[in-house]
Amino acid sequence: MSENKEMIRVEKLNKSFGDLHVLKDIDFTVNESEVVVLIGASGSGKSTMLRCLNFLELKNDGKILIKGKETDPKKDDLNKVRQRVGMVFQHFNLFPHKTVLENVIEAPIQVKKLKKAQAIEEGKKLLAKVGLADKADEYPARLSGGQKQRVAIARSLAMKPEIMLFDEPTSALDPELVGEVLATMKELAQEGMTMVVVTHEMGFAREVADKVVYMHDGRIVEVGEPNELFDNPKEVRTQEFLSSIL
Amino acid sequence: MLFFTLEELKELYLNVIKIGEALLDSRGIFWEATQLTLALTAVSIFIAIFIGLFFALLKISNIKPLEYVANIYIFIVRGTPLIVQIFVFYYGLTEIAMISGFWSATLGLAFHNGAYIAEIFRGSIQSIGKGQSEAGRSLGMNRSQTMTRIILPQAFRRALPPLGNQFIIGLKDSSLAAFIGLAELFGVATTMGANSFDYMTWLLVSAVWYLVLVLLLTLIVGAIEKKMAVSD
Ligand SMILES: Nc1ncnc2c1ncn2[C@@H]1O[C@H](COP(=O)(O)OP(=O)(O)O)[C@@H](O)[C@H]1O
Ligand SMILES: [Mg+2]
Repeated sequence: MSENKEMIRVEKLNKSFGDLHVLKDIDFTVNESEVVVLIGASGSGKSTMLRCLNFLELKNDGKILIKGKETDPKKDDLNKVRQRVGMVFQHFNLFPHKTVLENVIEAPIQVKKLKKAQAIEEGKKLLAKVGLADKADEYPARLSGGQKQRVAIARSLAMKPEIMLFDEPTSALDPELVGEVLATMKELAQEGMTMVVVTHEMGFAREVADKVVYMHDGRIVEVGEPNELFDNPKEVRTQEFLSSIL
Repeated sequence: MLFFTLEELKELYLNVIKIGEALLDSRGIFWEATQLTLALTAVSIFIAIFIGLFFALLKISNIKPLEYVANIYIFIVRGTPLIVQIFVFYYGLTEIAMISGFWSATLGLAFHNGAYIAEIFRGSIQSIGKGQSEAGRSLGMNRSQTMTRIILPQAFRRALPPLGNQFIIGLKDSSLAAFIGLAELFGVATTMGANSFDYMTWLLVSAVWYLVLVLLLTLIVGAIEKKMAVSD
């Protein structure tokens, strides 16, 4: 799948909250069209890692390059960068006062200044793509968790991002709703979207990921292809973690 | 002592009749006064909503000097009696500008209610989860787009019940404008009382008008809340 063209490069990334050193000398790369799955225990820094990639959190130290260009939060317009990096949250964070379609067209109209008619046309296509064409005029409160998360994915895609970040997109869902969201994500991966996914769904990781990254205590401990990392982990801590979640 | 004597019951009955008659006979002049009361309340609350929103945004700005400014304003409003504020506006404003009693009362009331509305807005804005602004920002929206398109519409809805309450308080507080000579409900009641040497009747008449206004306001606010609840 991967063409080895670099999409994201992270070099010696460090992030602290006060005295709490959360990310320690993180190095990693994501190539174009690659799907990278981040795993690790709760508190190991996975969410912080993703949030640094779209600058919801600002790094203390290190470099983040997108398509070879470093972003400097002091000089660059972070709103522009965030348009290129979509994010899907564990708790969906849909806008409850807007209908499903309004959720999807909000940013294209406000940020990209798209004409409303065009935004609606594109929005409806995206809703059809995630299987929710018939829910366009519903409010989020009327949807199931799985439907909400698919709307959130469509909302992100409406900005035509180059990268999609997913932070435990299925963790807040009832088990029977997990499959529909993973299916949508798999489809996206097959279309060549570059994705970084934090998840505990090892089946998804095995099937879809090009690379699995295991994080422990703010460091990357091991990186590998899914089968290699799951079946023959090299590091003791990876072995311990994998046996603890199985 | 639990029971009224027949005489007392009769007197009570006659008093009720008397107030009822006074209410009917004076409806023209009290309707005029009611319009003034409503104008004072509506205009001052309208202005207070903008003042309140402004100071609420200062309070959540995370910029210390701005927060201090908002805190000082709220401290002054809360720490002094409304009647003092109204007189300060009355004498202060008529000194520096040709301004009517109506406008000095309205601005005094707006200044006062603005502080309470600022706290209402601050609370409702902060009650909107952080996830909402993060979702907006992650889509590339800037801070002000996120505030105006995502946070404020939700915050306004949550602010509606306490705002309705503040509107009712503002309506009743507008009676203090009588002290700078405005012929609103309370002012008219005291004038009529002085002229007839029967304060009680006219005060009770004004009380009935206030009760009706508050009842109507409560119904209107309830209807608006219901209408805005479509997305739940
Ligand atoms: N905004 C924050 N302020 C302070 N500490 C935080 C903040 N966000 C995360 N942390 C801390 O950083 C550590 C890593 O958190 P997180 O990245 O959420 O881990 P994970 O997603 O792997 O569970 C945790 O100890 C957490 O308490
Ligand atoms: Mg997390």
